[in-house]
Amino acid sequence: MSQFLDRYGEIAGKDVIRQLRLLARELEGVRVVHVNSTKEGGGVAEILHKMIPLKQDLGIDASWETITGDAAFYQCTKAMHNTLQGDKTIITEELLHVYEETNRKFADQMHETLAEADIVIIHDPQPAATIRHIPHRKGRWVWRCHIDISRPQRSVWNYLREHVAAYDSSIFSMQRFSQRLPHIQYLIPPSIDPLSEKNMDLSAQEVLEEISPFNLIPDIPLLLQVSRYDWFKDPIGVIKAYKMVRKLTPVQLVLAGGSASDDPEGEAVLEEVRRAAGEDPDIHVLQLPSDAHRTINALQRRADIIIQKSTKEGFGLTVTEGMWKGKPVIGGEVGGIRLQVMDHRTGFLVNSPEGAALRIRYLLHRPDVRLQMGHQAREFVRENFLLTRHLRDYLALMVSLLKGKEQDPYLEIHVP
Amino acid sequence: MIQGKNRPVKTSDESLRVFDCAPVFIATGIHAFTLRELIEGLRVVHPGSVQHHFWGRLLRPVIDEPEYSNDFAGWTGRELRDKVLAERLSVIYPTDFTNVEEFRHGIIDIIENRLDEDLISHTAMARQPFHFLRSQLVVFDTGTRIGDRSELADAVKGMSEGSIFYHFVEARRRTEKRCDDFSAWLESNSGDYHRLCVDLTAIDPYFSSLCEIRDRLENLFRQGWPQL
Repeated sequence: MSQFLDRYGEIAGKDVIRQLRLLARELEGVRVVHVNSTKEGGGVAEILHKMIPLKQDLGIDASWETITGDAAFYQCTKAMHNTLQGDKTIITEELLHVYEETNRKFADQMHETLAEADIVIIHDPQPAATIRHIPHRKGRWVWRCHIDISRPQRSVWNYLREHVAAYDSSIFSMQRFSQRLPHIQYLIPPSIDPLSEKNMDLSAQEVLEEISPFNLIPDIPLLLQVSRYDWFKDPIGVIKAYKMVRKLTPVQLVLAGGSASDDPEGEAVLEEVRRAAGEDPDIHVLQLPSDAHRTINALQRRADIIIQKSTKEGFGLTVTEGMWKGKPVIGGEVGGIRLQVMDHRTGFLVNSPEGAALRIRYLLHRPDVRLQMGHQAREFVRENFLLTRHLRDYLALMVSLLKGKEQDPYLEIHVP
Repeated sequence: MIQGKNRPVKTSDESLRVFDCAPVFIATGIHAFTLRELIEGLRVVHPGSVQHHFWGRLLRPVIDEPEYSNDFAGWTGRELRDKVLAERLSVIYPTDFTNVEEFRHGIIDIIENRLDEDLISHTAMARQPFHFLRSQLVVFDTGTRIGDRSELADAVKGMSEGSIFYHFVEARRRTEKRCDDFSAWLESNSGDYHRLCVDLTAIDPYFSSLCEIRDRLENLFRQGWPQL
């Protein structure tokens, strides 16, 4: 397993790995349990699939549990996800009852594991109420929020806040997402795994083979948006932008999405997207299985420009992925996209389909700029958004939590 | 001198102990849209936040060539478009003050003076607020010791960015002469390293990335001086 971590050193730098090992000395044998709602689909699952074994490689007793429920539970949590990002949907008392009950059952099933852990990290709203049912906790409990809750529907946040306030601390991806809570709120942006099937290097031939089923035209520039079919990703806006550009220059568009097992809304959005695409042969609306990582990798490498025209976004790992492939990104000026896309450096931030069309036209006209931006984008990800940085942040956070000196500006670890 | 813990970087045999650090960033919940709100935030925010916004950008994801040397100046110039105030805030340094509270008040004084001289500054409102953050540095001993000056170049080359930050940037808060740890160590040992120490002060940490600072340090130590 040591070689597993060392492989990241070839990409991130050996000094980074050395730093991780030194930091982890303080955490040897510490029991950490991560809890989320799915092991398939979505950025959280992708991160945990690698984060857990890496922590284990560092001597930490890390494990991963998932809360599962029925259709009503997922309906409730999807509604929470949307309303916390500003949607006006009303969540009924009945659905909230299902939510509470599902969390109670999960707490009962996992009581010993969670109660005895040194650190428990609960991801997003789905399992957030679990803490209420484990009153006698040995360790520190942390609520990790991956979504943009900077402007939530207040009633929903007020409800959820009653659970979140019981935690010892929270983690948000950006400061603008943080809320008023009676505990420390840490800031840790997520990351990508450069060795995963989605981000590993592919040869030109491998790329061609992987995307051959989609009948893309080789010499026509490709715009690509990879996202779940979700209103907040604004796939209709992307199609509008494409059509504006298409009037002036040949271009093709791929919208590649799938579904996370906890997202019941996807089919309705997909239907609307297909209607908007109509019969245009140069718009490809793909519904990919949740494990189509290599296909997404290939599409991102084939693309000339990556689009992520979200109107709400937690962090936007698809942006990070596209940048890692050396592509400029045109992104909605929201959420974590603002942390990654810097105008004229790694891409452009836009606020409308018209804005996206304008920047697409500019980049199509300037292949030299695309190349330069793509290079800067990749290096920016290398330094800031790889899994190794994310792991370092978690290790430092864990040390801070266990030492219990969150108010100190400096926390010194003594080598025995 | 801004107060803080002193961690001995020199061992009893005069070797230089190499430390590393990993930052943890913390939201304060305080933000400002106007200069008046910025002042109010500065008055109440954790002292670590005041320091963070001068050094913290080296440890955060940034890609742009910084136009200004700290976050207060950058936000003022970029979001409020008050170039005069941004420039004034850019030339204030933490090491100019005895402690963080004096530093805090020094920043507030500059902003209040600006408000006194320009009525427009009172009404200017930013589209993007200034979010006060703070950071905690988890500091740990790497176990590496630099016993001889000739080892400096190779040692620096292998240092993480956290070590570079700790020894070259953060050290200015700790050391008696407000200098980096390398300079302090060289000066404390026999040998005439005055010229080298002068060259070290020429590396401005405010406008370089940690990676760039590491490269420059390595080159400097490797250039070979008559003393080595």
